[in-house]
Amino acid sequence: MNIIINGTTYEVEKNTTILQACKNAGIDIPTLCHDERLKPTSACRLCLVEVEGTKNLVTSCSTMVKENMVVHTHNEKVMKTRRDVLNLAISNHPLECLSCDKSGDCKLQDYCYEYGILNGTYKGAMRTPKIDSSNPFYDYDARKCILCGLCVRVCDELQCSNAIGFEDRGFEANVSTPFNEGLINSKCVSCGNCVSVCPVGALTPKGQKFRHWETSKVRTTCSYCGVGCQMDLVVKGKKIVDVEPAMDAINNGLLCVKGKFAYKFINHPDRLKTPLIKRNGKFEEATWDEAYRYITKKATEIKENYGPNSFAGLTSARCTNEENYLFQKLFRAVIGTNNIDHCARL
Amino acid sequence: MTNSIEEILNTDAMFVIGSNTTENHPIIGSTMKQAIKNGAKLIVADPRKIELADYADVFLQLKPGTNIALLNGMMNVILEKGLQNKEYIEERCENFEELKEIIKEYTPERVAEICGVNTEDIIKAACIYAEADKAGIYYTMGITQHTTGTAGVMSVSNLALLCGNVGKESSGVNPLRGQNNVQGACDMGGLPADLPGYQKVFKPEVIEKFEKAWNAKLSSKVGMTIPEIFNGAHDGSIKFLYIMGENPMVSDPDINHVKKSLENVDFLVVQDIFMTETSAFADVILPAASFAEKDGTFSNTERRIQRVRKAINPVGDSKPDWQILMELMNFLGYKKTYSNPSEIMDEIASVTPSYGGIDYERIENVGIQWPCLDKNHPGTKYLHKTAIARGRGLFMPAEYTESAEIPDKNYPYVFTTGRILYHYHTRTMTGRVDGINQIAPSSYVEINETTANRLGIENGDRVKLTSRRGQIETTAKITEIIDDDVLFMPFHFADGAANYLTNSAADPIAKIAELKVAAVKIEKVN
Ligand code: SF4
Ligand code: SF4
Ligand code: SF4
Repeated sequence: MNIIINGTTYEVEKNTTILQACKNAGIDIPTLCHDERLKPTSACRLCLVEVEGTKNLVTSCSTMVKENMVVHTHNEKVMKTRRDVLNLAISNHPLECLSCDKSGDCKLQDYCYEYGILNGTYKGAMRTPKIDSSNPFYDYDARKCILCGLCVRVCDELQCSNAIGFEDRGFEANVSTPFNEGLINSKCVSCGNCVSVCPVGALTPKGQKFRHWETSKVRTTCSYCGVGCQMDLVVKGKKIVDVEPAMDAINNGLLCVKGKFAYKFINHPDRLKTPLIKRNGKFEEATWDEAYRYITKKATEIKENYGPNSFAGLTSARCTNEENYLFQKLFRAVIGTNNIDHCARL
Repeated sequence: MTNSIEEILNTDAMFVIGSNTTENHPIIGSTMKQAIKNGAKLIVADPRKIELADYADVFLQLKPGTNIALLNGMMNVILEKGLQNKEYIEERCENFEELKEIIKEYTPERVAEICGVNTEDIIKAACIYAEADKAGIYYTMGITQHTTGTAGVMSVSNLALLCGNVGKESSGVNPLRGQNNVQGACDMGGLPADLPGYQKVFKPEVIEKFEKAWNAKLSSKVGMTIPEIFNGAHDGSIKFLYIMGENPMVSDPDINHVKKSLENVDFLVVQDIFMTETSAFADVILPAASFAEKDGTFSNTERRIQRVRKAINPVGDSKPDWQILMELMNFLGYKKTYSNPSEIMDEIASVTPSYGGIDYERIENVGIQWPCLDKNHPGTKYLHKTAIARGRGLFMPAEYTESAEIPDKNYPYVFTTGRILYHYHTRTMTGRVDGINQIAPSSYVEINETTANRLGIENGDRVKLTSRRGQIETTAKITEIIDDDVLFMPFHFADGAANYLTNSAADPIAKIAELKVAAVKIEKVN
C-alpha cells in the first residue's frame, strides 16, 4: 500500500507501524520507550506524529499504516509537542550530565540537544531519591528514571525473570522489586539485560569510570558457554571496560551475568605475563626463546627414548577452532601421535 | 544440536532432561521461557527442582542415574497408546521390532518405581511429547555423565525417532554443548580417533589425504582418551603431557588420581591465562592471550561458526595460543607459518568437508552453521532434513542398568554434581570477578531438610563428605529443590572440590565418567 510521509509517497507493507515505515524510509523519529523486540506501550509519547484527518497526534510506535495515510513527522505542531514531552521529562530529572556515567550515550541528553531543551520549566516536586545498590553489578537510581518501562518489559518479556515492576504513581513512581526487598534479594539473576536497555543513567553498571566518547567497540563471541552470544567489547585504551549485547544475533540483544559482567578477569593483575620455567621446584621467569628451546629439547629426548606414543596433549574447549586445529596438527603431524583429547566429557 | 536456537520459539513442546538450562545455557533458558509464553508445553526431568520445573506442565524428579528407565517408560506409553509416528518409522527408521521387544518391559508402573516418580506423570509426559506436532528434546551432561551415557543418548534418540521428531524444524535431539567451543574442539579433531571433521584416523584413505595435505607421516593408531592419558601418566607410559587451557585438578573426576598422575609425568607443559591448580605441577608454563586479545572463531552449540575478534593487545608478553603452537611447531622442525588465523581457517576449510565453505569474509557479519560444504553453500539450520545422516534412523534400544556405585550401608547417599549460573567451570575466570564472588563465594552441598534433620545438620553448618576416593569439607545448604537422600554439589570450587568424591568409572564407549552419581556419606564437622 502507499502512504505519504512529509509529502513523499512511499510503498509500505501491511501490518507495519508508522514508526517502522518511517525508519524504512530513513526518517528518524525519536523514541525513549520503544524496542522492536517488545510490545509497544506508547509510554514516552515522544514518537508522536500528525496523521491528517485525526484530531490528536498519534504515537507512531503503536499506530498501523493505512492506505493513503498522510503523515507529518516533523511539522511545527509535532515539534512543539515533542519539546513539551522532553521539557516535562527533564523537569524532574537531576541535570548531572557532568558526572553521569551515561553522558554521551544517553537518549534523553541527545534528544534535549537535538530539540534545543536547555532546562525543564515545569518546576515542582523532584523524583523520589531512591537508590538500590544491593546488586553487586549494577545500581538503580530512581531520580534519573524516566519510567519508560523498558527494563521491566525486557525482564518480563525476553529475559523472562519477572524480577522487577513499577510501584507507586506520579513523582513517587519507580522501578522496584516485589515488597521492596532489594534487587539482591529478588528473583533477579543479574543478567544486566535491563541495564543494557535503559536509555538514561538510571540503571548503570557499578564501578565504571570512562566517558563513552573515549571508547570503541569490537564485536566478538562470548567466551563462556556454548550458546555463543554475540557481544561488543567496549574498549578504552588497553582495557575492556564494558560489554554490550548484540541485537542482530541469536541472543537477540540479551546476555547472561557471565557474558555481561564477568569480563574483569581480562585485565586482572593475576594474568600470566611471561613464560615460566620450574627450576629446583620454583617457577622462574623466562623468555619465549628459552621456553621453546627447553620444550624442544625435552620433546626430542623423550621422542628418541620412548617414541611418539609417550606424548599426550589436552586441547581446549576454551580456545578457538584455529588453535584446536593447530594443537592436534602439532601432535599428529609433528610429534606423530593421536593421543589428543579435551574436556568434551566434563 | 540437530536444530537451531531460534527454532525453539516455534516449538509445540519441549522435553528438557538432565539440563539446568536457565543456569547453564541462560539465553537458551530465556528462549524456552519465551516459547512457553507463546504456548509451548514443557516437560522437565531432573533430580533437582530446577527453575524450569516451575514452568513445567509435568516435572519428573527422578533419581539420579535412571534416565534410561524413564525414556523407555515414556516410549512404552506411546506404543501402548499408538501415538508413535507410524509413517515416519516405516519410511525412515529401522530396527523398530527390537525396540518394541525391549520397551514392552518398561511399563509406567515399573518405571515409576525405578525412577521414584508418579505413574500418571510418566503417562502425561509421554502424551505431551508424542501429541505435539513439533517437539524438541534438550539435554546436557545429566544424560551423558553416566556409565550408561551412550545408551542414554541412544534412548533420547529412540524417543525422538519414534515420534518423527528428527529432521524437522523446531524439534530434534538437542544436546546443549557446555563450553564456548567444545563443539569446535571436537570438529577440529581434538579427539583421539578423529581428524578434523570427524574423519577417522583408522581409515587409510583419511590418513593418506592428511599426509598429503600436511606433508607429514601420520599414525593410524587410535589415541588415548583423557582417563587413559591420566592412567598412562600414572603408570609411566605417558612421559610428556601438554595441557592447553584446561584445569583437570578441579574439573576431572577423582582428583587424587589426577594429582598423582600430574606428579608422576616426566614433563608437563601448561598453557593458560592464569596460574591454576593444574599449572602448579608444570615444568613450563606458557602465558596465553585471552579471547579479547586474539582473532579466531568459536563454533557454538547450534554449529554456528562465529568470529572472535581482537579488541586489545595481549597483556604482558602473553601470546595468542595459535601463535604459540605455530612457533613451537617451527622449533620442532615443522616449517609452516601463518600470518593470521584467517589463513589457518582456509587450511581447515581445505581439509574439513563440513567447514569447506567457511572463510572469514563470509562470516564477517553473521556466523554460518556447518555443514557448509562449499563457498555457495548457505550452511545448515537443522540436520537430517531429507534423510537421517547414516541412511535411515536406527533404533538402538537399551536396558536400564544401575549406576556403577549405588548407596550402601557405608556410603548411604547419592551424590550428584553440576554447574551454577554464576561460575564457569573451574573459576579460573569467574573466580576473579568481585561481584561473582560476592554472590557465589564458596563451595556448598545441597541437602534436603528431612535428610538434614535426621543427621542433625543445620543450614550453614560445616560438613564432611566422604566417598571411596576422597574426602572434603564444605558448607551445608538446606533446600527444597533436592530430594531426600540425594546430595548435590557444584564442582567449580577448588577448595572443597566435589571431584575429590566423584567416580571416574566411565561409559565404555564415550569414556565419559559417571560424574552424576557417586555414593557418599555426610557428617557434621564439630
Ligand atoms: S538484571 Fe536481569 S533479572 Fe535482574 S532485573 Fe535486570 S533484567 Fe531482570
Ligand atoms: S530504569 Fe531506565 S529502563 Fe527502567 S524505566 Fe527507568 S529509565 Fe526506563
Ligand atoms: S552471555 Fe551467557 S548465555 Fe550467552 S554465551 Fe555468554 S555465558 Fe552463554
